[in-house]
Amino acid sequence: MNAFAAQPPKNFEVKPKLDRSGTPIGDLLEISMGPHHPSTHGVFRMDVVLDGETVVKLKPVFGYLHRNHEKIGENISYLSSMPYTDRLDYFCSMTNNWAYALTIEKLAGLAVPERAEYIRVIMAELTRLQSHTCLVGFFVQDMGALGTPMMYAFREREKILDLFEEVSGARMMCNYMRFGGVRVDVSDDWIARTKQLVADYCKFLDEFETFIAENEIVLARTQGVGVLSRELAISASITGPMLRAAGVNYDLRKVDKYGFYSRFNFKVPLGDHGDVYDRYMVRVLEMRESIKILDEALRDIPAGPVMDPKAKLRGFRPKPGEVYGRVEAPKGELGFYVISDGSPNPYRYRIRPPSFVNLTILEDMCLGHKVSDAIVILGSVDIVLGEVDR
Amino acid sequence: METLEQIKVRLEQALPQTRLDILPNECPAGERSLIVESSRAVDVAKFLRDDSQLRFDYCSNVTGIDWPEAKIKTKVKKKVVVEGVEKEVEETIETLRSGHLEVVYHLYSMELKHGPVVLRLRTGNRAEQTHLPSLTPLWRGAEFQEREIFDLYGVIFDGHPDLRRILMWDEFEGHPMRRDYVAPDDFEYEPTPHDEVLDAAKKHYPVAAQPEVKPEVKA
Amino acid sequence: MLGEQIIKGMAVTAKNFFGSYVSKERLTTVQYPEERLVPKENTRQFPFLVYDGDDAEKGLRCVACQICEKECPPQCIYIIKSKDKKPDYKGQAQVYPITFDIDISVCMSCSICVEVCPFESIKMDTEFELSTDDRFEGLLLHKKDLAKSNSHYHKVHAQDAKDSDAALAVEKAKAEAKAKAAAEAKAKADAEAKAKAAAAAAAAPVGAPPVPTTPPPASPNK
Repeated sequence: MNAFAAQPPKNFEVKPKLDRSGTPIGDLLEISMGPHHPSTHGVFRMDVVLDGETVVKLKPVFGYLHRNHEKIGENISYLSSMPYTDRLDYFCSMTNNWAYALTIEKLAGLAVPERAEYIRVIMAELTRLQSHTCLVGFFVQDMGALGTPMMYAFREREKILDLFEEVSGARMMCNYMRFGGVRVDVSDDWIARTKQLVADYCKFLDEFETFIAENEIVLARTQGVGVLSRELAISASITGPMLRAAGVNYDLRKVDKYGFYSRFNFKVPLGDHGDVYDRYMVRVLEMRESIKILDEALRDIPAGPVMDPKAKLRGFRPKPGEVYGRVEAPKGELGFYVISDGSPNPYRYRIRPPSFVNLTILEDMCLGHKVSDAIVILGSVDIVLGEVDR
Repeated sequence: METLEQIKVRLEQALPQTRLDILPNECPAGERSLIVESSRAVDVAKFLRDDSQLRFDYCSNVTGIDWPEAKIKTKVKKKVVVEGVEKEVEETIETLRSGHLEVVYHLYSMELKHGPVVLRLRTGNRAEQTHLPSLTPLWRGAEFQEREIFDLYGVIFDGHPDLRRILMWDEFEGHPMRRDYVAPDDFEYEPTPHDEVLDAAKKHYPVAAQPEVKPEVKA
Repeated sequence: MLGEQIIKGMAVTAKNFFGSYVSKERLTTVQYPEERLVPKENTRQFPFLVYDGDDAEKGLRCVACQICEKECPPQCIYIIKSKDKKPDYKGQAQVYPITFDIDISVCMSCSICVEVCPFESIKMDTEFELSTDDRFEGLLLHKKDLAKSNSHYHKVHAQDAKDSDAALAVEKAKAEAKAKAAAEAKAKADAEAKAKAAAAAAAAPVGAPPVPTTPPPASPNK
């Protein structure tokens, strides 16, 4: 089954195009897209070799935002790494926090109170909503619908960020979760307003879908573009909506059942073709499922404490050992691998970022497509350079 | 899923003459790992991927770890008979750990939805014997992560299709994630409350920056 | 029909465009800086130091324990401890910071310092317009810039300030009760010792060496 994996990535040598007699006709054009290009979602560069307008080679180049986050994490205490995780995928600080907190809880054997687990689910699903909304906005912008759809997406996202700000104090860099719970309890008023927002969100999604989902231009630009096969997706460790668009039913919320996800009733949307359109539709459908989870979580949230009384804020020193914890972030599997040697700092602090690994097969998806499609395909991978470069 | 011991027994049956060790893990979650001798790593990985009961088709995470040479103190409880009375005495034994680099693979199965199995490969030392076989031909997902380990730790993966630096630029020297890496001190000189930074900057630029005196231009 | 969905999409755009004139829901922008939003209760920007009373030097709650300096993720806090001591709000003699600098060009507003502070002395401000033309000194806040009164804290985070005041009052009451108990115990011990000494002095014959008195028991405060 792993026929794809056994082969090395294609097209390492760029050869001029030959005619039948073997003489080169025309030149290949090598262009450097980015790092300052509005469609690269940050400082990201693609070394593209074009034959006419067709991509024959594409190498992603990144590291412009590299700050060696892992080294920083090894030199500061466990708690101090928490705000740094916000800056990984700066759209989804809540899920980043959760992944890190979950890992350290596994390492130190801390329990999380029920209310805190519910709050975490609510925050993670709100994060997923706003991340996917933004992605759709960016994605349509990459196809040339400048500004308008993205601004509608941002308008809705801002409402969710306001809720985050109210609880955690910051819109994007929430720094909200702690080992053994969450930092601040949410008020009843906040829950009521979140319920209202979730109810309104369906209306927005309906409007957004009439706006985009069946638009002829969108269909023409996305269907059959950037097809990713099921086998390649598994072998290349693709996770998140990209994997599910290729038809693989693998959602960590169902597989690992971390948090309280086993208590909620939701489905995992899957795609058939693995093309850009499927990746877009999987995200839209995931938003609907998130709304279902949010409805249940906001209804059932119990009262109680939000921190494990055993959890220590100052002088936290877990016993020696190592652990790998992972959650389903909006972009895919976000994992943390921590080795403790009993000191206040971790010995090794590794982040497995989803968009970094998802970029592996960017070249495979783009080969043979036009250069404008490469932009759309990159948009559908949904990268955030904060976590690609770390 | 089979336990790690069962997997180890089956591996030893399928691949005789392969040295496998299980590394214990003391933390409550207790993910123990399998130390594989590097010359047989590809065979072991292939077995784990293709065996019908295991099917570890998904290589989630690839990590490098640097273990420099160190003295490790382990406390061992010993029973000593002192004056006819048996006593437990704690003894500290110092062992010298030879320096090596380690690469850790976390494998899961998407088909059977189980995991993880943790594979560990170790290099001979940290200076010149830093070659390990690449598992990218088995799992494409390891491609960028192995490149990252090559970049940040200096492990050379034999058989990797495209082993270049990935996060640092190509001209960069050294491997920043190694524990003995010394950060450059050519900071831009700027007033800061942190004296260490200032001292480092002063050391790097020994002559204090003096205002340039322009020669007067004679009319 | 080809283009039908495009027309539908245009209708949505038109609805939003004209709706923004009448509906508050569709027009969400705020004309900063003429209009300003009220900061949320938990909003955090940059840290400040709280002092009680009117005198910033005297009432500063910080005791220079340097926990925030150690825990600060980007290491932007810089503290020098004093050699002498001055009384804190409980009346105990405490060390105080001679220098307390925060480089807010490095600070990432994570509020870890607030969480780890055991003395309720560092809090987050909501002020965000801190732009300056001096890139180095202008963004390095010293103790006198950082010190803000408790009433300012009440103004920016009303609920938090109330909670923090209550916590401090409890601490103070505890300390006072303890001090009182200690003083009583000491007085009692002193009285006992005195009585014993007097008895010993009375019992001993004149010219004999004085009997050493037992020292009073150590006060529980130590």
